[in-house]
Amino acid sequence: MAISVRLERRVGVPLAQRVLVLCAAVLLGAVAGGVLVQASGYSATAAFGAILDGSFGGSYPISQTLAAAIPLATIALGTSVAFRVQLWNIGGEGQFTMGAFGATAVELIGGPAGWPAVVLLPLMFVAAFVAGALWALFPAYLRAWHGVNEIITTLMLNYVAILWVNFLVYGPWKDPQGHNFPFSPRYPDNATFARIGDGQLHAGLFVPIAAAIVLLLIMSRTRWGYELRVVGENAEAARYAGINVRRTMLSAMLVSGGMAGAAGMVQIAGIIHLLNGQLSNNYGYTAIIIAWLARLHPLAVLLVSVLFGALVNGGYAVSQEGIPQALGAVLQGMILFFVLGVGDVFTRYRLRVSNA
Amino acid sequence: MSESALAVEMVGIDKAFTGVVANHAVDFSARRGEVHALLGENGAGKTTLMSILAGLYRPDAGQIRIDGQVVALHSPKDAIQHGVGMVYQHYRLVASQTVAENLLLGLPGVPLRLNAGSFIRQARELGERYHLRVDPSRPVWQLSVGEQQRVEILKTLQRGARILILDEPTAVLTPQESEDLMRTLRQIVAEGRTVVLISHKLEEVRSVADRVTVLRNGTVVAAGLPIRELSTRDLARLMVGDDERSLRSATGPGVNVPSGNHTSDRSTEVPRGWQDGGTTSEGAGSATGSSSERLVLSGVVALDDRGLEALQGIDLRVAAGEILGVAGVAGNGQRELAQVITGLRAVTQGSILLDGRDVTHSTTRERTRRGVAHIPEDRLGEGLVGNLPVTDNAILRFYDRPLVARGWFIDARRVLLFTQSLLERFGIRAKPESTTRMLSGGQLQRLLLAREMALEPRLIVAVHPTRGLDVAATEQVQQWLVGASAGGASVLLISEDLDEVLHLSHRISVIYEGRMVGTVHREEAERSTIGLMMAGSPSAMAGVA
Repeated sequence: MAISVRLERRVGVPLAQRVLVLCAAVLLGAVAGGVLVQASGYSATAAFGAILDGSFGGSYPISQTLAAAIPLATIALGTSVAFRVQLWNIGGEGQFTMGAFGATAVELIGGPAGWPAVVLLPLMFVAAFVAGALWALFPAYLRAWHGVNEIITTLMLNYVAILWVNFLVYGPWKDPQGHNFPFSPRYPDNATFARIGDGQLHAGLFVPIAAAIVLLLIMSRTRWGYELRVVGENAEAARYAGINVRRTMLSAMLVSGGMAGAAGMVQIAGIIHLLNGQLSNNYGYTAIIIAWLARLHPLAVLLVSVLFGALVNGGYAVSQEGIPQALGAVLQGMILFFVLGVGDVFTRYRLRVSNA
Repeated sequence: MSESALAVEMVGIDKAFTGVVANHAVDFSARRGEVHALLGENGAGKTTLMSILAGLYRPDAGQIRIDGQVVALHSPKDAIQHGVGMVYQHYRLVASQTVAENLLLGLPGVPLRLNAGSFIRQARELGERYHLRVDPSRPVWQLSVGEQQRVEILKTLQRGARILILDEPTAVLTPQESEDLMRTLRQIVAEGRTVVLISHKLEEVRSVADRVTVLRNGTVVAAGLPIRELSTRDLARLMVGDDERSLRSATGPGVNVPSGNHTSDRSTEVPRGWQDGGTTSEGAGSATGSSSERLVLSGVVALDDRGLEALQGIDLRVAAGEILGVAGVAGNGQRELAQVITGLRAVTQGSILLDGRDVTHSTTRERTRRGVAHIPEDRLGEGLVGNLPVTDNAILRFYDRPLVARGWFIDARRVLLFTQSLLERFGIRAKPESTTRMLSGGQLQRLLLAREMALEPRLIVAVHPTRGLDVAATEQVQQWLVGASAGGASVLLISEDLDEVLHLSHRISVIYEGRMVGTVHREEAERSTIGLMMAGSPSAMAGVA
């Protein structure tokens, strides 16, 4: 009797099942990574203990995890808007950096002048959103009107944005009292978010939460959300319905870039407190993975971002246990691999074992 | 003719695709040294039959003999080994490679180290011999469609094809290129090879073929008749059939629509009732509107996706309450015609008047507001969004209107109510929250039509509205169209199904190569004349237009 095993496409996957598969994938990735750690002569249990402790073990680790999730979630929410209309915005990194630039441009005026935080912070936020949106405008225009591949243009503009900020912090915006480090002057208190608790967590936490709720409402309740859905699923039908496909694409890209820009402001006003060329720790790229794993659902983006925040902090904790940092990275890599590769396949397909 | 002269014989070929019969008990044979035309309307089963011979499909039943030997063709490779090569409508070339490289691709026994120079010379000689001139060193993406076709033919010949099949080769060619191709085909058969020419163009078949086999609805209606003994009119009759029954029985549109059906009374009323109850009663399709000419196209020119003139000066008029049928073989500009009227394709010359108002450059949304409904050819590709729920599809035309919208917002409760009323009124068995893709073909078309009828249309552009539907759904869709016209709406019915066009229309226009070649009233409509016009026969056009 021959037994055949094949993958079968699942139809309409319920949420509970997705979560289950996700958890199973994390577990499998951990086991596979643990085997590697053990084989390298270190204790896998110690490594896992460190990861859990370092990410969720107490109020300090939890606040660190949430703080790490803030920029990720904010960018990923924007990325998911662009992805919704099948625009592959890979430029979160650059838009984030330009957001930080825009925020700093306002801060340099209002910060030392002592503007009150309730005025200065919103102005910085708006400037950051606009800067990020403008950074996405050019690729969006080229794509919608001339068919230029937005993956290439958004990606390339990432480097331009980082070089631009580097130019500023090595030149005109360099802190005169900064011992020649390529940093802008430190933000005064009226330009920073208040801290929450004993870690790095700050009031910027409410930005991604509010944004997720607003996006959820937009997608389900507004004409613009409807247009995004139709354009994303079937551009031909959108044209048929009289929807201006180009304008919808452009607006989606602007919001996407604007969110990434806002994330830059939240990060700099919340944690870093000065402009430098290495602000974005690959957040823009990680956000792509997050948006994808969350299937563009705003609330799922928040959840997945927290998991990624935990992974980042867990990695630091591993190295503090005397285990080489590279092995910590291997552990993260294995978990990611299983979640992305294996988990994604099994969310969409099921194994069918039958007697052929 | 002796048996040995037969290059290919196919006997009793059956082929069905998931229940749809494409070929039934088809016998086909072609001799050496002849151009054999395979004639038939779209969907008659020509390409399927030849794809079986080319090894792409395997027949459900039947036998294939090549040069008298029974062969089993499991793949295109098997077929080419037996000397059968086919040039499909969609070319299979590597765009980034040169012509010579494409010719090399898949040739057996190509040495690892090429003598490119001698190969290019060889390719050039072959091209000259068959009047297939194309520069072997140019990359394929730089070539015109006609040149690409020459490469395909060269490729097939170079692999040793003795039986060359061409699937509607002139569909993409300019008249001059077509003439050159015909010369090439004569040259190829002069060497004792066989050419099978799949076509629905009568003049072309008459000019180049020696014999003709005609397929209709998957069966052979004429096998290997010598072309010299047939008139163009004979060919047209063979191709579209000689069934005048539907014509004689139909005295007026809607009159002979079968009414014994339990749904008929109600559904013919629906579009009219819907219109009468409509809120924007601004002459909702009454024939006494501002102008009885609902739609007027004058000299409309438009380009297709490749930038060629798909519409070359269309003139047509549709009166209020009239159903104008547009008959024609697919690819003669029907798609583009529907698109220019609905605002989906730009008009480069000419004008479009709707109720006397110039809408030549209006957007799709403006035209929708003026009462243009559109039943597109591709339901799930254009008219509906398969992955979204039924509710989202129900409001596709209304999402920005007060019916469901409040400023920037969409009122979910009103969407649900509207969707439910559509489903109920039009007898669609689906839940509002179902994923639209999961609906059957008939339910999809009902949903699409229900939505378009809810626009209270003054003009309905319907493209192949019953294609792929079962009998009940077909009947219902036709009744809705007839009912809408009785209620004062005009219908532009674009269809390949000549029976449907004859059955429903007040007048019938025939489109051929982007022009209206003739218009007849249904009482005067003769099937064979329309068939001739559809096939681009100038004699028929002179007689009617």
